[in-house]
Amino acid sequence: MIRSLLSGDTPRSLPLALLLGGILICLALAPFLFPGVRTVDTAARICVFIVLVASYDLLLGYGGIVSFAHTMFFGIGAYGVALASTHMGRGFDAIAFGAVAGALLAAALALVIGLFSLRVRAIFFAMITLAVASAVAVLVSQLSGLTGGEDGLTFKTPRELGPAFKFGKEAFDGTLFGVKLNGKLLAYYFVFLGALVLFLGLLRVVNSPFGRVLQAIRENDFRAEAIGYRVVYYRVAATCLSAAIAALAGSLYAVWLRYVGPDTSLSMEIMIDILLMVVIGGMGTMYGAVIGATLFVLAQNYLQNLMGAAAELTSALPLLPELLNADRWLLWLGVLFILSVYFFPTGIVGRLRNSG
Amino acid sequence: MSDAILKLEGVYTNIAQYHILQGVDLEVPRGAVTMLLGRNGVGKTTTLRTVIGHWRAHQGKILFDGEDITKMPTPAIARMGLGFVPEDMGIFADLTVEENMVLAAASGPINSARLDWIFAAFPPLKTFWKSDAGTLSGGQKQMLSIARAMVEERKLYLIDEPTKGLAPAIISTMARALKDLKDQGASVLLVEQNFAVAKALGDSANVMDDGRMIWSGQMQELATDAALQERLMGLSLEAH
Repeated sequence: MIRSLLSGDTPRSLPLALLLGGILICLALAPFLFPGVRTVDTAARICVFIVLVASYDLLLGYGGIVSFAHTMFFGIGAYGVALASTHMGRGFDAIAFGAVAGALLAAALALVIGLFSLRVRAIFFAMITLAVASAVAVLVSQLSGLTGGEDGLTFKTPRELGPAFKFGKEAFDGTLFGVKLNGKLLAYYFVFLGALVLFLGLLRVVNSPFGRVLQAIRENDFRAEAIGYRVVYYRVAATCLSAAIAALAGSLYAVWLRYVGPDTSLSMEIMIDILLMVVIGGMGTMYGAVIGATLFVLAQNYLQNLMGAAAELTSALPLLPELLNADRWLLWLGVLFILSVYFFPTGIVGRLRNSG
Repeated sequence: MSDAILKLEGVYTNIAQYHILQGVDLEVPRGAVTMLLGRNGVGKTTTLRTVIGHWRAHQGKILFDGEDITKMPTPAIARMGLGFVPEDMGIFADLTVEENMVLAAASGPINSARLDWIFAAFPPLKTFWKSDAGTLSGGQKQMLSIARAMVEERKLYLIDEPTKGLAPAIISTMARALKDLKDQGASVLLVEQNFAVAKALGDSANVMDDGRMIWSGQMQELATDAALQERLMGLSLEAH
């Protein structure tokens, strides 16, 4: 059962399996294990980024295609939901319509970019995605009438997904294990289940014959052609699929935040974060996305606190509290990345699998 | 000749500014093993790569099974029934042996009788069926590379130096497998530097020099005529 859910791609290493199992349990029970606005928000971000990074890994790790437009597709999905909810009124139909329209638009855009540039060399694709992504980011901030410009859009999701919606009053007195049963809890599970389904879907794709052909093309595209596979078709299909999944991840994120803006869904910074998450977790394995996204989002959210606490603890010592000052968290984040790439060149998953 | 499976007529191929093939004429008869011989750098590999479409012929015509494939895309040529084993083997190292083979059987599931035949010819492939192809030894990789071409019945096999850099024991395994293929009546165009293997397998032979075909005839004739070998290839191949 578990095997078929994972499409036969088991972790193949006990520490990795334990780690993934731990992450799954923590995310599945996050609102109950770590109640609090900030912790649940972090958990939701992790869910969204796992899907986003996994869809990028389909391109980079399996297809060997470098793209800089992944946040653009992410943003298209997010803006799709925001615009649909704004214009159609709050409702699940608006979310569904926005998400599907966003995914289709992302796939169509990826198709055009892919057909133009993937016929030649992969490097042109990277450059064109960079150009298109920058253009779209500028466009979104300029078309402020439609997109809200730099301020972004705040919109309403269905009442059932908002904090004002309460349920289970009769059965559980409105709380379960001390956690209030409200729409925010439902919104979290909406994001969690959506991310889980998308992730398992991606796992299915990379372990299908299609995924194998992609890997073959990444290793030796001429050989794959000589066996009879049309390399361009496969590359373009992978690009479209990855764009559509990224857009769906964007839709989930928009549903969670009830807000979209260039900073949360379109900026180049997120693109670089995605790249780092893929590399830290391990390229060419979907589980790398899980580990990379979890570690990265946790570090982004909690390293500052951790360092503040460490600085206080060491306040009696010379120099150390200065180095550990919470304001220097970005420095340490950078050091952590360099160390992780140095010690785990194949990513954390690659390392765990090899040592097992 | 109507029973030629592959025919090259005056093929010129340039790679960058280099004129590698300068009017190659070649006929590969159906159901026989045709050797392509010659010193290093005379254009043997380029000839095979031009047939499969990796390099494009700038002039001339390539007919495969009666159809003009000169301008066809590589995947389409491969799907017409042309199995290519490149010099660098080109196995997919990150995939398992099984996945390599399944990918190579592009038209459907692997025929089990054919797989048994391949396992009999190359026992290590059965042993390492579930292992990553990157962990195989050089000889085993070459076996996999040839097995990938043999996994489906092809109209023609193009095989580029299958015994290059291999240990003698593995060369004989390879030669036996190719002999098997030949006995099944397959059409093969084989580039081979190991003259003992070439002599044992070849029905006809074509010798290239400087981007052209300089001699075509029966392998037997070339094998027994040391002076001819000396003249065509600049050295006595028996000395290898």
